[in-house]
Amino acid sequence: MADFGSDSSEKKEEFFSEAQEIVDGLGKLLLDLEGAITESRIDPDVINEMFRAVHTLKGIAGLFGATRMSGMSHELENMLDDVRMGRLDLSVAVLDLLFKAVDLYTHILLFERGDAPDPEHEIAKLLSLFAQVTQPDESPTSNIFTQYDLDPGMFGVLTEYEEHRLKSNIEAGLGLFRLRVRFSLTILDSALEDLKKKAKPLGEIITYLPAPSTDESDFENLELDILMSSKSDAALIDRTLSVEGLVVNPVKRRAAGGPPPKPQAPVSRSPLPKIGAPPSLPPPTIAGPGRLPADLMPETRAGTPKAPPAKSGRPGARTSMAPHAPGQAGQFVGKSAAQTTVRVDIRKLDRLMTILGELAIVRSAVGRLAERLRGSVEHRELGTELHRLHRTFERQLAQMQNGILEVRMVQLGPVFDKLQRGLRAISREYSRPVNLVITGQETEIDKLIVEELSDPLMHMVRNAFDHGIEPVEDRLSVGKPEVGTIALNAYQKGNHVVIEVEDDGRGMDPKLIIASAIRKGVITEDESREMSARDAYRLVFMPGFSTKVVVTDLSGRGVGLDVVKTNISKLGGIVDVTSDVGIGTKMTITLPVTLAIINVLIVEIGGRSFAIPLASVEEAFVYEPTLTRNVEGREVLSLRGQSLPICHLSTLFQIDSFDAEGHDGRKFYVVTVAVGIRRLGLLVDRLEGQQDIVIKPLGKSLKSVHGFAGAAELGDQRVALVLDVAAIVEEVLAGDQSRYLAMSGDGRI
Amino acid sequence: MQRVLIVEDSNAVRTFVRGALEDEDFQRAVGGFEVFEAASGFEAMAQLPRGPFACIVTDINMGDINGLELVNFIRKSEHHRTTPVVIISTQSSERDIERGLALGANAYLPKPFTAEALQAVVQRFVAPGEG
Repeated sequence: MADFGSDSSEKKEEFFSEAQEIVDGLGKLLLDLEGAITESRIDPDVINEMFRAVHTLKGIAGLFGATRMSGMSHELENMLDDVRMGRLDLSVAVLDLLFKAVDLYTHILLFERGDAPDPEHEIAKLLSLFAQVTQPDESPTSNIFTQYDLDPGMFGVLTEYEEHRLKSNIEAGLGLFRLRVRFSLTILDSALEDLKKKAKPLGEIITYLPAPSTDESDFENLELDILMSSKSDAALIDRTLSVEGLVVNPVKRRAAGGPPPKPQAPVSRSPLPKIGAPPSLPPPTIAGPGRLPADLMPETRAGTPKAPPAKSGRPGARTSMAPHAPGQAGQFVGKSAAQTTVRVDIRKLDRLMTILGELAIVRSAVGRLAERLRGSVEHRELGTELHRLHRTFERQLAQMQNGILEVRMVQLGPVFDKLQRGLRAISREYSRPVNLVITGQETEIDKLIVEELSDPLMHMVRNAFDHGIEPVEDRLSVGKPEVGTIALNAYQKGNHVVIEVEDDGRGMDPKLIIASAIRKGVITEDESREMSARDAYRLVFMPGFSTKVVVTDLSGRGVGLDVVKTNISKLGGIVDVTSDVGIGTKMTITLPVTLAIINVLIVEIGGRSFAIPLASVEEAFVYEPTLTRNVEGREVLSLRGQSLPICHLSTLFQIDSFDAEGHDGRKFYVVTVAVGIRRLGLLVDRLEGQQDIVIKPLGKSLKSVHGFAGAAELGDQRVALVLDVAAIVEEVLAGDQSRYLAMSGDGRI
Repeated sequence: MQRVLIVEDSNAVRTFVRGALEDEDFQRAVGGFEVFEAASGFEAMAQLPRGPFACIVTDINMGDINGLELVNFIRKSEHHRTTPVVIISTQSSERDIERGLALGANAYLPKPFTAEALQAVVQRFVAPGEG
């Protein structure tokens, strides 16, 4: 585990958050790269960006003492270096390793945080695989650069990678050009980004070198010397880039072997009065306004080696990290230049939220004061004024709350990317191709929820692959497309986010599920008789139930879907499933948008207040003891033809309630709560009303107490426990789940 | 007050370097200086006119204008040609480091380095009287 000294928790957070960001970014680049390989057009920039990402990762891991991470990064960096330098083919095997590495990084990060076991073994395994693919092609490098009159001043500043790109472009027979341009410092990054974009269809910008201006008092502008390779001529480059003051000069090729190149005159859009000789260019006297030296080195160097034949793409699997050719225009557009985001520790937002909660308490106190004043004769006017202020206060607070909540929101995109990588891995493992169609990756959800979401979702995607998608021959025999499809859809629906995992596979047969459940002792034969198809689907989420035996013979792995359901419930969400035999299965997760603020129903039991999350409340009504029956020791109420089991919360919580003293004419209320399709009626003494609360955890000492999701302040300095409805439903209905499903209609029991 | 510029595209590394350079004991030892940051070569170019800097600490591997280009620029610039430049970089790019030194960088510190190591190098340039 990484050792961070004391008082460095902020730096440590900085490390984790940057490392995570880089790893996520790597995953994204990999997916881009895979797409590009299939269409055999690889942008060297993407590879270089990956190399740089791993390089940075290695650097920060080293500084922060995360040795596992720096160790793996070192090897990965070497491999990527080989790829970007053209020493190693970007084969599918290499790509696989890169995908594995990205996943392993996530594991390593968890380990460095102390949340996962030491991945030493996994790293060693991966590194040994690295060693197998990395047999760099150590062909002697001829000094191809001598073919060109390259300025040693510029050449000496090329990084190894830039030098390599230059070489491959020369090898591919592209011409070289030097561009001189001047940009204002304030727009430098966007101007260059723009220039790069425009240059892409024509070729590749190898390097841009800031050149000290002759006029050193000019602090506003920066002159850049750009080296570019292109198949086009200077005039076309100048026209395409269309930058005020641009000067384009071809770099002359030495006449050796091939036909002498046509002399090209420097092209200049407009004179550049301030440009003098670039100081790096000997001899310094050549240039005048509007002209740059085209001949940067004497052409008389003896013994110029013969130019090797220009290679245009190598044979075989060597994927073409080819120099940009016209027609590849803008396939890859660089990252947008300016990032105007800040990373914020979510705990800081929690603190703000707490302060907001306290402000809300002040607000309600002010509100009560206003009401009191309004009620008194002498201060009515004052009261009205205060009331108005109070309303404004309330509105602004609500806006502020929304603002903070918005900051907590992150897009689902990175989670979906991770799923895509995961699915890709298993698809390759089983050599069974599958399409993944993603929609709604821009849907936003609370960051804390996102962090807990990828495991359950991966499980579901895996399940869809294992048990949903049929073998190719089965698919073809029923006229389905050979390649199966799994769709991931996300969208917001009110205060909830819905995520669907849908496949076009074989679907689930309720009869088979029920039969298997009976065999496994999950349900009895008696119970099974009353089950609808929907009840049957729900069985796959029961502990001890394994769908794979039922619907597939593919050797399964891992835990059952019950874990998925438990994890989603912990987030306040529900999982549902629908299926059509032969057509496919759809699993739907419904999650609250945020965990920070919830809308609750405040109820009273024995004089104490409790909060029930409104998301789980279906309705509330007056309790009529005469309408209940006793079924197998449980009080059950018939409600619109359906059976609703009743739970006396006072009994469950062991509180002396009026309820326990006997029904002396007092009214009680039933609050119907639903989790997924299971329903339960909670008996309470009184309904107080609805409220938005900031939910706070109970703390470590009360961690083992079940049935409560947390506590909240109610504004009038009272504290209410917030019910964990899912846990209560689970506990109360344990053992007879199949019975009290909120079925749509027939009310069997 | 003297100024020191950090050019580095990794937040975490910048935070680390800044932390090392702003260490109270160190600041006291060298007579104090202010730390400026640039998160890219572009930003560095924009910061330079605000100099002079007593020392510039730069990474090599950056997305836009890289460290070598920056060193080259600094050495050729009328205003900054004498500004000491410290390269911080990982060992993988040995050739790049050589080039950096050849272009006129004054020191090279391989990553990972300790705060003390960085302080020792920077001290040479920000407190010349005591060296």
